[in-house]
Order: sequence, then C-alpha cells, then structure tokens
Amino acid sequence: MFSNVSNFSNDVDYALAMIIGISLFFLVGLTLIMIYFMWRYDHKRNPKATDIEGHIGLEVLWTVVPTILVVMMFYWGYNGYLKMRTAPDDAIQIKATGQMWSWSFEYPNGRVTDTLVVPLDKAVKLDLFSKDVIHSLYIPAFRIKEDMVPGRDNWMWFIAQQEGTYNILCAEYCGDRHSYMISHVDVLPVEDYEKWYNAKEKKSDYPGLALLKSNACMSCHSVDGTRLVGPSFLGIWGRKEIIVLENGVEKEIAVEKEYLMRSLNEPNVEVVKTYSKGMMQSYKDVFTEEEKEQIIDYLKSLK
Amino acid sequence: MTDTNTTAMEQSFWNEKKGIFSWIFTLDHKRIALLYLYAITAFFLVGMTLGFLMRLELIAPGQTIMEATTYNKVFTFHGVIMIFLVIIPSIPAVFGNFMLPIMLGTDDVALPRLNLFSWWLYIIGASMALLTLVYGPGSADTGWTFYAPYSVNTDTNVTLLLFAAFVLGFSSILTGLNFIVTIHRLRAPKMTWFKMPLFAWSLYATAWIQLLATPIVGITLLMVIAERTFGIGLFDPALGGDPVLYQHLFWIYSHPVVYVMILPAMGIISEILPTAAQRTIFGYKAIAISSMAIAFLGYFVWGHHMFTSGMSGEARVVFSFVTYLVAIPTAIKVFNWVATLYKGSIHMTPNLLWSTSFIFNFMIGGLTGLILGALSVDVHVHDTAYVVAHFHYTMFGGTIFVFFGAMHYWFPKIFGRMYNKRLSYISLTLTFIGFNVTYMAMLIVGGQGMPRRYYDYLPEFTTLNQISTVGSWVLVIGILMMIYNLVRSAKKGEIATANPWNGVTLEWQIPSPPPLHNFVKAPILSDKGPYDFSILDQVNRENLEN
Ligand code: HEM
Ligand SMILES: [Cu+2]
Ligand SMILES: [Cu+2]
Repeated sequence: MFSNVSNFSNDVDYALAMIIGISLFFLVGLTLIMIYFMWRYDHKRNPKATDIEGHIGLEVLWTVVPTILVVMMFYWGYNGYLKMRTAPDDAIQIKATGQMWSWSFEYPNGRVTDTLVVPLDKAVKLDLFSKDVIHSLYIPAFRIKEDMVPGRDNWMWFIAQQEGTYNILCAEYCGDRHSYMISHVDVLPVEDYEKWYNAKEKKSDYPGLALLKSNACMSCHSVDGTRLVGPSFLGIWGRKEIIVLENGVEKEIAVEKEYLMRSLNEPNVEVVKTYSKGMMQSYKDVFTEEEKEQIIDYLKSLK
Repeated sequence: MTDTNTTAMEQSFWNEKKGIFSWIFTLDHKRIALLYLYAITAFFLVGMTLGFLMRLELIAPGQTIMEATTYNKVFTFHGVIMIFLVIIPSIPAVFGNFMLPIMLGTDDVALPRLNLFSWWLYIIGASMALLTLVYGPGSADTGWTFYAPYSVNTDTNVTLLLFAAFVLGFSSILTGLNFIVTIHRLRAPKMTWFKMPLFAWSLYATAWIQLLATPIVGITLLMVIAERTFGIGLFDPALGGDPVLYQHLFWIYSHPVVYVMILPAMGIISEILPTAAQRTIFGYKAIAISSMAIAFLGYFVWGHHMFTSGMSGEARVVFSFVTYLVAIPTAIKVFNWVATLYKGSIHMTPNLLWSTSFIFNFMIGGLTGLILGALSVDVHVHDTAYVVAHFHYTMFGGTIFVFFGAMHYWFPKIFGRMYNKRLSYISLTLTFIGFNVTYMAMLIVGGQGMPRRYYDYLPEFTTLNQISTVGSWVLVIGILMMIYNLVRSAKKGEIATANPWNGVTLEWQIPSPPPLHNFVKAPILSDKGPYDFSILDQVNRENLEN
C-alpha cells in the first residue's frame, strides 16, 4: 500500500498515515462540534446560557485518551527510527562528502563520483562529512536525511528496494546555491552494479575535468559562460579581468598561470570585480602541484 | 449615551497630555502598549511584504524577481522581523501592557519606568536590525537561526544583527519581570490566584519563560559575535569549535520561546470565548494549570529540532517522548475551549470568528506537530517546506490570528470607537482562506520532499508552489483590508459604549477609552471567579452611571 522504494519508506509512510488519520478525526470532529455549538447555542435559539464550570469525568477522558494516542504515535515513530539507526555490519561503506555546493561519493576501491550508484537490495552505509558548513543529505524517495556536520562524523544507511533514479537534495541551508546542490542515486541490479563498480574509469582527454567535477568547482563556475557564484571558465585563459586587490585597489590583468595558481591557493586575496570574497576555500593542500597543472591544461582548452 | 461617551474620550488617557514627548517618555502602561502596537504593526507590514516577495519568487522555477543572494537575505530578514520584532513582543507587549493592570484592578504595572525602558530597548534593538540593511557588508543571509559555522564565516553583517537580537532579548526579559512582579503584588484585594482572568495566568507562565530562557540565547549570540570578531573557537570546527553545541544552546532558548509566542494567545482565547458565549469558561483550573505545564515541559524538548544532527540515539528518543507530552496539556485546552461554547448564549462577533478560526488553524498547527514529533517521520520532513507550513500554522494562524482577534475584541475599549463589522467579516474570510491555501500547499509540497530555504525548485513542485503564491495574494488583501478598517475606525468609527460585548472582566467595568488611572471607583468582583455573568446587569448599570 505504501511506498517501498527503500527499506524505511514503508514504516515512515505507515506512521505518517496513522497520525494523519487520527489527526483528521480530531480536526474534523472538533470543527464540526464547534460549528454545531455556534449554531445550536446562538443567542436567538438559546437566550439563556447555562453556566457549567467543568466536568471531572470529561477532563479525565480528554487527558487519558490523548495520552494513549500520543504514546502510540511515539512508538510508531520510534520503531521506524530504531531501524534507521541500526546499520548491519556487512553494509557497503561509501564516504559521502558535502561541500558548497556539490556532493562527492568515494567507494571502497577508491572510485570517486558525483552521483551515487548503489546495488538493489543491498545494505549501503554512507559515512557523512562536510568540508565547510552544515549540509544535509536528503533522499526524499527513501524517506531519509542526515546532517553532514563539519568537524564531526555522522552516518546513514539504507537498502534500496526498487530500481530507478532518485533525487538527492541538500536539506540544510548552506548558502547561495543551496537549492542547486542536487545529485541523484542510481539503483542498479547487482550484476550491473558490479560491472559499473569494477569498470576502469574512462580516461578523459583532460584529467583536470574529473578533478573539477569531484571537488565542487563546477557548482560555482560554469563552462558555458553562465554567471554563477564565480566567473565562468569558458574562455578564461588570457581573458582580461579587473581584479580588486586586498587594499581595495582595482587593477586590470590577463588571466594566466600566475593568477590561476593564486586563485587556487589563496582564492580570497585578489577577486575579480563584482564577485564576493569568502565564497571559495583554498585548494592549496587539496590538489598536488601536478593536479593543479592538469586543471590549468583543461581550462586552456575551454575557448 | 453619546454625551457620556464623548466625555469619556475627553477624560481618557488619550487626552491627558499632548505632544510627542508625552508619548515616547510616558509611564502610562496604556500609552506604552500603543507605542508597541504602532511599532509592531509597522514591522509586521515590512515582514509581510518580504513574505509576499518570497512567495512571488517561488511562483515558478528559476529566477523570477530576485537573485538567490537576495532571496536568502529576504527570508533571513523576514524571519528575524517576524520572530524578534513582531511575534515575541506582540501580545504581551501590546495587550499584556494595556490590559493586565486593568484586568487585575490596578492603575499601572508594578515598575512603570522599567516598562518604558523595555520599549526603548525594543526601539534600539529594532533600529540596529534595520541598520544592517544599509550599513556594513550587506544584510545577513544565515536564516533567523544563525546556524554555525555558516554564521561564523559569511561575510554579511551578522554581528550587528546578532547584537540587535541580544538587545531585543533584554527588552523581553524586562517585560516578563515586570509582569511577574505586577501579578504577585498588584492584584485587586479580593482577587486570589484562581480568581485571576486566564489571560493573566497565561502572561504569568509566559513571563517565567522570558525570564529564564532568554538569557541563554543572549549569551549564545554573544558567543557567535566573539567567534566572528576575535576568532575564539566555540562553534566553528575550523577554529576547534562544535557546530552542534551551537544548535543545543540556540534551541534551549528557542523552543521555550515558542510558548512565549503561543501562551498569551491561548490566554486571550480564554477571555473572548466566555464573553461571546455569555457563560463561564469550561475547566478554568485545567486551563490555568495546563499553561504552567506547557511552560515547564517546554524546557525539555529542544532536541526535537536536531533529530538529524547526529546527536546520540538515546537523547533523540527522550526528546521525542517529552515532545509528545507537551501535546497533552495543549489538547486539554482545545477541548475546554470547545466545551465553553456548549449551552452558551452565543453572540456572533468578529472577535468570536477570529477565535474559532484560530482554533481551527491551531489544531492543524498542533496536529502537524505530532507528525514532526514522530522520530522516523521527522527524519523525512525535517527542514522541508512542511516545517515552514507547520510553524506558520502555529505562529501565524495561531498567535497572529489571536492578535487580530484581540484587536477586534478590545478595539472599542482602547480607541473608544467601533469598527465596521461587515468589512471585518469580509477581511477575516479573505485572510482565513488565503492563509489556508498558502500554507496547506506548502505543507503538502514539503511532505513531497521540497526542502526549505529553497530559492529554486524541481519542476515537479511547481503546481503546489503556484497555488501557495496565489493564496498569499488573497491573504495579503485580507490583512490590508482589516488594517484599513481598523485604522479608519480609530478616527471615524461609531462611538463605542463601555461594554459593547457584555463582558464582565474588569476592563469592561471602566469607560471606553479608559481614564489615565483606569478606575474611578472600585470594580465589581464576583466570588465565583472572573467569568460570572450573573453580575453583568450590575456591571452595565454602573457603566451607565459613570
Ligand atoms: C504575511 C504573510 C507571510 C508570508 C506570505 C510568509 C511566507 C514565508 C515564506 C515563503 C517563507 C520562506 C520559506 C522558505 O524559503 O524556506 C517564510 C519563512 C518564515 N516565516 Fe513567514 N510568511 C508570512 C508571515 C509570517 C509570520 C506572521 C511569521 C511569524 C510571526 C512568519 C515567520 C517566518 C519564519 C520564522 C520563517 C523562517 C525564516 C528562516 O527560514 O530563517 N512569517 N515565510
Ligand atoms: Cu548544502
Ligand atoms: Cu521546538
């Protein structure tokens, strides 16, 4: 009857439906009684009011009944939740990292992706990390979310029970592109998953492109000229830009290796005019010098 | 009749002294209440405009009328205005200040100078908040919750806004303190605790929360300022701090404070219903004690805002359980209100309809809260539009609806004039329908998985967002119509009598508008408690003689 996309969705939908049912009963019931009283005891029909100060029996009744009902609701919620917080030991462990404003997933064999791929009917445990502010990994169809808190570790787990592609959204406000921090999870039959998992990653002509994708660069810099949080990469090599120095002085430069390196290592020192400071973190120790060269090679190609 | 009432106006607190200074340095609780009323109405209009603009942006996916950066600043300022400048002060500062001393049978609050000081703190805090719009590196974009480490790192003007919230906190603490002292010391001679009007009880419960919980958030906000300014590592892991600690400290205050928002509203409902039904309240003690129970239990549920933050599993279970316990005294109140209409002799009035609309909205607010309390379900709907709709149902459909209802109840008392009832029914209908369309759509789209604070959304959420936006237009028209009616009637309305609704609590035993010292002669107190309508004839006779 309820959604069965993950091993939790049925429990959640069941608890939700039960509580909504009980709630509707009280909402509709009390509203109708209220309307009836307002009609029946209008001063034209009932010129003389009767003072009734209270009724012990009724007070007890409407204390006890809600108490029983809320304890039941508590139990339904608790029951589903207990499962969410007890992950089996043999779950596939994937490291999920949030960063303004993209996701990356690192598999046990070292493979890194920006979308999540999981096998059908197998337990998957995500270890959650954040590189900057709090994000929250939310898969609505699976009925789960859990925060990624910088400086702390957190985790979530699930079993995907239906093949398909489902959205991954960020549920904790994390800045300008919070609502674009979107990815998806592909649920594949086990054989397909194995094939995908063991496939050699396609060697792209530009290793730099893969680096940009898995390190959140693309969430702020477009490659098609669109203005996002940072300047577009399209045609960046050799472009003339006005930059604002630390002391507020403006200066025109041509973007070449020196400025690109500077932007990777100390991104907030010389910022292109009209863009904000403090949006980008330093990648000084994230990339090796060789990787930085690869990135610049790729940027040169974007004409 | 008309003659006595024109003289009532001449002899009222309105005419005692003239000039701007006789207002902004007044010690009269009634004038201070009105100062708050004007300021809060102005801020409400600003907040409403921002909410309207947000809904307009969300009418279609993609950019519609503003950029993402602007949207983030708008929802932050909307939240800060509505929480700190509108709803926390709203009922206590306006109707508490105006009515509490009168309902207790005294001529002012216990500490009038402190009362004036609270208002000045409010104005200073509000000015600082407004200053962030024009001064410094741009207004804050953190959301009204100021979650670390985002709030520590953003380059917007968070520091000044936090300091504004800190100052506003003090204003709230001092108002609470004043009410506690007033209720303990200034009740009319024969008025024992259980003969106090229920509005006084609710203000009493509220005041204790203001006094005990607000200092915690004050310190917490200062800690964020210290972290931003001096780099002291408290909440930002990059400086060695803990972001979850911030959330604990923030919600230890900010959950109890939701009862600062709702308890006074519940108190007013317990005033309006007996008057409208011309009978005593059903279950006086149950209602009074449940206020105190809610205030007490409210201290132990803050963790329900953090079910997905990775705190320990056991703690989450305890928080869920206590959250459900709060539902019980809340349900008791609703049942007693409905029972108060039973066998009454009901006069349909705008204030009664606002109150029953409140009960309907608030039931939805409370019942949707039960869904949030269930651990597994909360994991799904936490931080979605569902939560936004839930708290608008409680704070807006709840408290603000009662605020409007109280305006329609006490308006003739305060201004000595009556508003246009036909127009008030029309504006109420529009507001009620608009409100429910706006937020029911948000409730559903949140249940389908649309996160909150979302500038842009996936195409599948479009229809419901459009319905919600159209609802917000109806809502805004309704509210503007209501404000027009009230503003116009304050000057031009028909002259009101001392007791237009046939109430028996003490505010109905003095002229409309009240004279400076409230009582010209000793009020009538029934031995049978505040809502004994057998004294009504006597009350009205005395009113005529005044
Ligand atoms: C007058 C009509 C109102 C409209 C159209 C409106 C609309 C909205 C919208 C669209 C959001 C943002 C949802 C999101 O993007 O996550 C929001 C947030 C909020 N609203 Fe309202 N609202 C109104 C009145 C109120 C009132 C009366 C209150 C409280 C007294 C209130 C308190 C809040 C708060 C606290 C937030 C959260 C801000 C944040 O996320 O930091 N609003 N409102
Ligand atoms: Cu995020
Ligand atoms: Cu809470």
